[in-house]
Amino acid sequence: MIEMAWVWGLVGGLMIGSAAALFLLVNGRIMGASGILGGLVDGSGRATGAERLAFIAGLVLLPALLAAIMGGAETNITSNPIVIIAAGLLVGIGTRLANGCTSGHGVCGISRLSFRGIVATVFYLLAGGMMMVLFRHVFGVI
Amino acid sequence: MQRNIFAFLSGALFGAGLLVSGMVDTTKVQGWLDVFGDWDPTLAFVLGGAILPMAVAWRIAARRRTALLGDTMPAPPTTQIGPNLVIGSVLFGMGWGLAGLCPGPAMASLSFGGWGGMLFLAAMMAGMYVAPPIRQQIDRRTAQA
Repeated sequence: MIEMAWVWGLVGGLMIGSAAALFLLVNGRIMGASGILGGLVDGSGRATGAERLAFIAGLVLLPALLAAIMGGAETNITSNPIVIIAAGLLVGIGTRLANGCTSGHGVCGISRLSFRGIVATVFYLLAGGMMMVLFRHVFGVI
Repeated sequence: MQRNIFAFLSGALFGAGLLVSGMVDTTKVQGWLDVFGDWDPTLAFVLGGAILPMAVAWRIAARRRTALLGDTMPAPPTTQIGPNLVIGSVLFGMGWGLAGLCPGPAMASLSFGGWGGMLFLAAMMAGMYVAPPIRQQIDRRTAQA
């Protein structure tokens, strides 16, 4: 087992980018996690519902299998339900207003030098960094 | 049928990549955002690694009219920066920082994320459900201004 986290980060990143490349070149779609799920939740993506469900099935099932083989995986998510609910609502509303998240704007947008993707990424990184300053270093809740 | 098979394979590879890279681990994500604390640079390698094959894919896509299964390729990106993009990205970043989860890892960790992961996913989907009217409201106010 290689202990260097950045090596695993790079390998995993290449896998994420290859998944996005496959989805673009074979299906002609942009791999955005929030858009794929959001279109099912608000009904705007009903026409492509089967493709969306198939993507999500793969996204849930292979990590489940790999985690079982590896003897479990850990998200280390906070146990504070108020933080979890607030964070989930913010992520859900925010990604749908912005029309993208880390995969859509970040991976798929930056790789084609999309101005919107780059602007979105700058804003969510800055906002995320500010939350760490406020809620970890000032208030000490996360 | 083929499109569903390839969508499944893309989702599976995406999920495996999120697991291997450590992006399903909220401490790694929060560690990356915490530039004034014990900073963890892993996410930069993940994003860099993901952009590489995708940049090649966009080059290939630019030379083709359709994808392999016959669908038209996505339209070129627009450059319009509206309030929805900025407000949405700020709200998303706030939630991402608070919990350390974004939509992809939230789904990928469904099997091992426990009750916390499921609660996050439920809240995220509720947010996605209420977003369209908020979006319209912002659009309407922008048009008036």
